[in-house]
Amino acid sequence: MFPSQFDYHRAASVAEAVELLSSLPDAKLVAGGHSLIPAMKLRAAQPSALVDIGRIPGLSDVSRDGDSLVIGALATHAAVADSAAVRGGCPMLAETAAAIGDIQVRNRGTIGGSLAHADPGADYPAAMLALGAEVTAVGAGGERTIAASDFFVDILTTALADNEVITSVRVPCAAGGAYLKHRHPASSYAVVGVAACVGMDGGNVGSCAIGINGVTGKAVLADAAAAALCGGPADADRIAAAAARVGDAFDEPLGDLYASGEFRAHLAGVYTKRALALAAERAG
Amino acid sequence: MRHRVCLTVNGKAEEFDVEPRLLLCHLLRAYVGLTGTNIGCDTSQCGSCTVLMDGKAVKSCTVLAVQADGSEVTTIEGLAGADGLHSVQQSFWDNHGLQCGFCTPGMIMTAVEILDRNPDASDADVRHGLEGNICRCTGYENIVKSIVAAGARQS
Ligand SMILES: Cc1cc2nc3c(=O)[nH]c(=O)nc-3n(C[C@H](O)[C@H](O)[C@H](O)COP(=O)(O)OP(=O)(O)OC[C@H]3O[C@@H](n4cnc5c(N)ncnc54)[C@H](O)[C@@H]3O)c2cc1C
Ligand code: FES
Ligand code: FES
Repeated sequence: MFPSQFDYHRAASVAEAVELLSSLPDAKLVAGGHSLIPAMKLRAAQPSALVDIGRIPGLSDVSRDGDSLVIGALATHAAVADSAAVRGGCPMLAETAAAIGDIQVRNRGTIGGSLAHADPGADYPAAMLALGAEVTAVGAGGERTIAASDFFVDILTTALADNEVITSVRVPCAAGGAYLKHRHPASSYAVVGVAACVGMDGGNVGSCAIGINGVTGKAVLADAAAAALCGGPADADRIAAAAARVGDAFDEPLGDLYASGEFRAHLAGVYTKRALALAAERAG
Repeated sequence: MRHRVCLTVNGKAEEFDVEPRLLLCHLLRAYVGLTGTNIGCDTSQCGSCTVLMDGKAVKSCTVLAVQADGSEVTTIEGLAGADGLHSVQQSFWDNHGLQCGFCTPGMIMTAVEILDRNPDASDADVRHGLEGNICRCTGYENIVKSIVAAGARQS
């Protein structure tokens, strides 16, 4: 199948993209196109116009800025997975990017597109929540920063306005992180994905955050589970007790033909255990 | 509204006048006449349409021709040199890496990137690298064998 007809505009700058989005009714941005084009081919999406931001200069840089990484919205999943700055500063983020789709998808898909699309089975959102990332977006009213915890609103829905463009993501560096997913065997999206960050304070867990995607319409933070691990050693019993609390984070687990909501919630517990153990080991 | 798209396909610069909704795979097949790039699905999952765009393996069914403007595209037809088949093509021949052959162009183009990144790719690396390519004849054993052998020959 091919998409239904649309007009095509290539934006030379973020300002031009915002202007085009504001003036064209029912227009959509296209970055890598790896969520949008499949939806357009199935005619599930039929925008009247596409505003291509794929060539805007400077939007694909990945760099270290103090204790954070700044990742341009157009950085492909492959660029994030391969970046020395990301691998060194935040291995879990590189691990997350490398877990997305396949080689071809990672060569085209972008971090900005993935976050804006907010698919419940997407891999980045859990990592963004666990790492406490911030999304920078530019709209008609100028630039603003949105915390990841405010960014994901509902299934395929974010805090972005229709004419806002993500320009970059700021991700705090973290050594003790791990992202593990139960991969859908056909689509490769996460049936469940768990991103765990652990910071050690002496022999005890000083800080912990757990992001989970795939279970509910939007990725969530499992705060009760994370809090349960803090203040003591990261041993197997305490990790199991913490993981047993992930259910507190899920209002309404989603089910489909492949995995019921109940099974997804169960998997979240299993993967949380594994991700916490790995993150604690990496935190040293 | 139609758009002008300039592409270098297998080393030859060409210009096209296209509708924005034209997919790169359709441009290659219908406008350039290169039908080696196959279309095997509607869901961006099978990988049989894989080509190299500026040296990177991409699914040409999920790239708009207008997005590819200015790029260099290599298809299966552009892989062989004056001195014969590309080492990956030769290796598929030698190792019986194809059955019906439908998935083969995509497998080979993806293999080129896998070996580009790591000529010493192990069995497991190749299997992981082929996540986006489906063989309906399920001849994966020999596909993997072909790619590992091509890597060994390259390195
Ligand atoms: C076969 C296949 C397998 C996949 N498997 C996985 C997987 O395992 N895990 C996973 O996480 N994802 C997976 N994906 C999705 C992939 O990661 C996409 O690349 C990603 O979801 C969207 O990024 P994009 O750049 O392609 O966005 P596009 O498709 O270009 O855009 C997606 C949406 O975001 C909007 N948008 C794009 N950029 C911006 C921006 N800068 N600011 C504001 N809005 C923007 C667009 O308007 C559109 O609504 C898969 C895709 C395919 C085709
Ligand atoms: S035809 Fe492109 S992935 Fe199947
Ligand atoms: S050889 Fe027939 S589909 Fe792979």
